[in-house]
Amino acid sequence: MNGIPNGHIGTRKRADLFFRVLATASAAVVLLSLLLILGTILWKSVPALSLSMLTQTPKGGFYLGKEGGILNAILGSLYLAVGATALAFLLSLPLALYLNLYKGRASKTAVWTRFFLDVLWGVPSIVYGAFGFVVMLALGLRASLLAGMLTVALLEFPIMCRAIDEVMRLVPRELKEASDSLGATRFETALKVMVRQAAPGILTGVLLAFGRGIGDAASVLFTAGFTDRVPTALADPAATLPLAIFFQLGTPFPEVQQRAYASAAVLTLIILLISLAGRAMSRKVTRHVVK
Amino acid sequence: MNGQPPISIRDLSVYYGDLRVLKNINLDIPAKKITVIIGPSGCGKTTLLKSLNRLLDTDEGVRIRGEVVLDGENIYAPRTEVTRIRKKMGLLSQKPQVLPMSIYENVAYGPRIHGLRAKKGLDLRVEHYLKVAGLWEEVKDRLREPASVLSVGQQQRLCLARGLAVEPEIILGDEPTSALDPQSSQNVERRLMELKQEYTVVVVTHILRQARRVADYLAFLYLGELVEHGPAAEVFANPRDPRTRAYLTGEIS
Repeated sequence: MNGIPNGHIGTRKRADLFFRVLATASAAVVLLSLLLILGTILWKSVPALSLSMLTQTPKGGFYLGKEGGILNAILGSLYLAVGATALAFLLSLPLALYLNLYKGRASKTAVWTRFFLDVLWGVPSIVYGAFGFVVMLALGLRASLLAGMLTVALLEFPIMCRAIDEVMRLVPRELKEASDSLGATRFETALKVMVRQAAPGILTGVLLAFGRGIGDAASVLFTAGFTDRVPTALADPAATLPLAIFFQLGTPFPEVQQRAYASAAVLTLIILLISLAGRAMSRKVTRHVVK
Repeated sequence: MNGQPPISIRDLSVYYGDLRVLKNINLDIPAKKITVIIGPSGCGKTTLLKSLNRLLDTDEGVRIRGEVVLDGENIYAPRTEVTRIRKKMGLLSQKPQVLPMSIYENVAYGPRIHGLRAKKGLDLRVEHYLKVAGLWEEVKDRLREPASVLSVGQQQRLCLARGLAVEPEIILGDEPTSALDPQSSQNVERRLMELKQEYTVVVVTHILRQARRVADYLAFLYLGELVEHGPAAEVFANPRDPRTRAYLTGEIS
């Protein structure tokens, strides 16, 4: 066969090189941005980092540069995000199972539900915040841990649900058939086979949503309130780290602004720790997954 | 129950949308024998097999007409409980599909969902059926390991043990050796030959030599039609339909 021309090899090689450079550069930009963000936060927070920051609540005049810490916001954020993530999970897992097991994967209901979830995913969090605020007023609630949890749960739900849905779509149909053929009910197949097979992906989805929830400021701005005390009941208002950062950055005092960076460092650290814990857990739940 | 066939297929037609993939199948499957369904790819063999334990139900756009009578009961009657029907049949699929759990749990899964809880009883049953499937010696020291670490051949025997552990009357095999190496295939074939002492076995295959080795009763399916069926020796020696003859001699495949 002499018919295949070889004349363009130079052009093809250049194109190949061009894309290799482009890909490497993109990877470098991503990595550098991450390092730059982390570096800036840490650099700027160094003067403000101290143990008392983690263990104390704000004392009088904290926002003017006086003593205290952000324990209220750390615990507030953790309570709120854990509660919201649990609520979102209670909605997400059943819906994902419903879409993949009870309804045909390609049925109209499933296709439309996915579409609505994608739309919800794209809704800006300030809209959830405003919506949560309206509902809160209608229910006669005041800004509280509970109202914040509900709003953040709404924000997390589409993210978590679609993430779980995507991994469940990858579960081979034959696996479902194997369980069915043993006389399992759909519920048994769902809980004992689908969930186990999809476990690593479910975990990832939960962590993804948790990260989104704990880091979001707009949705809790009107709904969770802000307070210097650590919340002790669901009806108490709760401070959150994103808002603590926001308020501290908004002051004209450099030492308070430094504390904002320290708060950001704490928030980033929490997310990092949760991700690492997730990784460790993931190894455990991956053990039985069938390839 | 002697004399009465355990499965009797009557006027069964299956449609995928407008496509009719099975056309008025009538077939009595004899008890405690190996019935082999042969035919070229896409002739409806797997569909026929799956219709026997209602695995087609979940497929989208499937319509089923006719009856499959199992122990005197039409499994497509509206009030039939599907899980009870399926419990009567163990299924071996083309590619062995182990469940995402340990070797032990794979076998215990079926008995457990059907209500066997006592650990002792489960242990005994797991051991027994792993032995029947010829896998016990290879796995007895690592029952808690994930089933996915087993070789494909071992996985298929695990699937066999898992299917048998719900104590079915019938074993269905959908080209159960097609993903296996020759030795594992032989191993699974040998198990099936042993099992026909106690179980009614229905196997789908497109490997003619396998059909010759294991079949007691043969059914030839072509383009959704049941062309010919009868005792295997007779059909192999003396096919009545020209299409069967053409298939057996390799003219169509």
